[in-house]
Amino acid sequence: MSDARDGARKPAIKKPKRALEARFVGYRGVWVFVEHERGHVHPVSWELIGKGRELADKLQVELAGVVLGGNGAAVRALCDEAVFHGADLCYLMQDEVLLDYRNQPYTKGMASLVDTFQPEVLMLGATTQGRDLAGSVATTLLTGLTADCTGLDIDTSDRTLLSVRPTFGGSLMCTIVNMSTRPQMTTVRPRVMPMPARDDARSGRVIEHPLGLSEAEVVTKVVDFIPDAQADKPQLAFADFIVAGGRGLAKPENFELLFDLARELGAEVGASRPAVHANWVEADRQVGQSGKTVRPKLYIAAGISGAVQHRVGMEGADVIVAVNNDEKAPIMDFSNYALIGNAADLLPALTEAFRSRIAAARAKKGGAA
Amino acid sequence: MHIVVCVKQVPDSAQIRVHPVTNTIMRQGVPAIINPFDLFALEEALLIKDRTGARVTVISMGPPYADVALRKCLSFGADEAILLTDVAFAGADTLATTYVLAGAIRQIDRQHPVDIVFTGKQTIDGDTAQVGPGIAIRLGWQLLTYVSRLRSLDTAARRITIERRAEGGVQVLESRLPCVITLLEGINEMRFADMAGMFRAARYDVPRWDHTTAGIDDLGGAGIKGSPTVVAQVFAPTPKAVTALPIPGDTPRAKAEALLDRMFADHPKLEESLLDHLQTLGTAR
Repeated sequence: MSDARDGARKPAIKKPKRALEARFVGYRGVWVFVEHERGHVHPVSWELIGKGRELADKLQVELAGVVLGGNGAAVRALCDEAVFHGADLCYLMQDEVLLDYRNQPYTKGMASLVDTFQPEVLMLGATTQGRDLAGSVATTLLTGLTADCTGLDIDTSDRTLLSVRPTFGGSLMCTIVNMSTRPQMTTVRPRVMPMPARDDARSGRVIEHPLGLSEAEVVTKVVDFIPDAQADKPQLAFADFIVAGGRGLAKPENFELLFDLARELGAEVGASRPAVHANWVEADRQVGQSGKTVRPKLYIAAGISGAVQHRVGMEGADVIVAVNNDEKAPIMDFSNYALIGNAADLLPALTEAFRSRIAAARAKKGGAA
Repeated sequence: MHIVVCVKQVPDSAQIRVHPVTNTIMRQGVPAIINPFDLFALEEALLIKDRTGARVTVISMGPPYADVALRKCLSFGADEAILLTDVAFAGADTLATTYVLAGAIRQIDRQHPVDIVFTGKQTIDGDTAQVGPGIAIRLGWQLLTYVSRLRSLDTAARRITIERRAEGGVQVLESRLPCVITLLEGINEMRFADMAGMFRAARYDVPRWDHTTAGIDDLGGAGIKGSPTVVAQVFAPTPKAVTALPIPGDTPRAKAEALLDRMFADHPKLEESLLDHLQTLGTAR
């Protein structure tokens, strides 16, 4: 099947014959929403600044970071960070009402910035916060939004953004355009775009703008925030080493063998959608189109057949090892190495092999305690 | 108390195949199912119905045969179902979809005031997670997304407290009715339909609303016309240019050793990174 797919030609991009509405003609510039929660910037913001730089250069316009938040120097410092990562300028909206992320004031603030400064492209991370905000802002502005893009480019002939995204669970890719309204909005998953270099010699200007909404007008109140550190949630998206399991492990108890291997490697444990749906592991561990996108250095997939739904979430791994009893499983088309056989036998063997290998390497380095 | 649950009939994406030559979706034999994420929304509404006697109305926008999905919802215990179907609704992107859904919810609200709209967190075919937020903005109601738990619901005071999945933690929010809530997966377990429910669903004639019955006079926001985004190209994902190298060995242990020899010989930096990683973790034994 992979040969036939290789031979399949990519059809040409066919744009609909629609004119840009007159009121949007003057919209210029590329914007990236800088997402932060409780003092932590989501790294997807900088990944998007990196991609945004490329798009802005193609359009020959400026790249701006957009920072909304409470008062104080820490929030203002995010503008500098946006510039260090590649932005030319930053729009800053500070108000105590914006201290914690809430849909109503953030939607109001972002929509008001767009109406005032009129960018042609607005990018946000496809996170819980980014998706909550993007859908609301796009509907408020009545503009188009393309979710979860994996590729972005500019057609310089008419300044349209070409947004590539997987569809039908990753079985197909499609390129989506918005010819008629601005800004062209898009969300991008974390870890899809590479992290740009940080250069703290860069400088840029900051443009402040007021929110114009009082706390009394905001209906929803934040009662509490329970950080994940207390809850021991898996940090899959940023793990360099991942071992993952699927229904091919035959029974939920065999996931224990994966956890043993993960402990040996200091790895995170991932899972395919069928394994999650069978309640073998929690939903937070799901890798794939409806789960997390990961980019580890090593991904060991045990008992995972490699449905497109899973593949789109992990094919960015540097090295992929498939452990499977079916040498013809689709996963063999995008793995580097295959261990053919029963995962219940191979996983403990792999754990042992890694253990002695690591011990030997340490002894060689001078016998670290 | 009146809850509207939005559901979508979707092709089971786990069973979709792409034709290797023509690059088109092979739909033959792919079963249509209720978007699995929407079942968590329906069950949460039914749990409230169990406790408070709330009325549960399920709506869906889709082709005439999507009534199958709605009848299934009725068999689980929903009180009413309405199918929004009209050629003018077809070809909608998320913006045009929310235009029709919000219009229909306004119409339902005029007949029986609505307190909460529930949706799943996203669909498995589109995966956009935009329809819930879009409906809330169009209705001007509060939006609560990725909700993992309803802590309390005070219908008299019109107050609701929920927990939602935020980046890096769980946000606890207190809000006011009416509101739109998108629910996280895995927060409840769908009940089974009982015999009485199945019989009722089989006999139920699902009302079909076109734009007139739904009270949508201006069709400018619906269907293709109301959709700023357009699919300009469809293609199969580029396969990664590798084929798995099978590792030989007589026993599992021999295979495992052979894998590490080969893998670390091909990727010497990988072994270094692994050792550094373990060092940082402080798992040195």
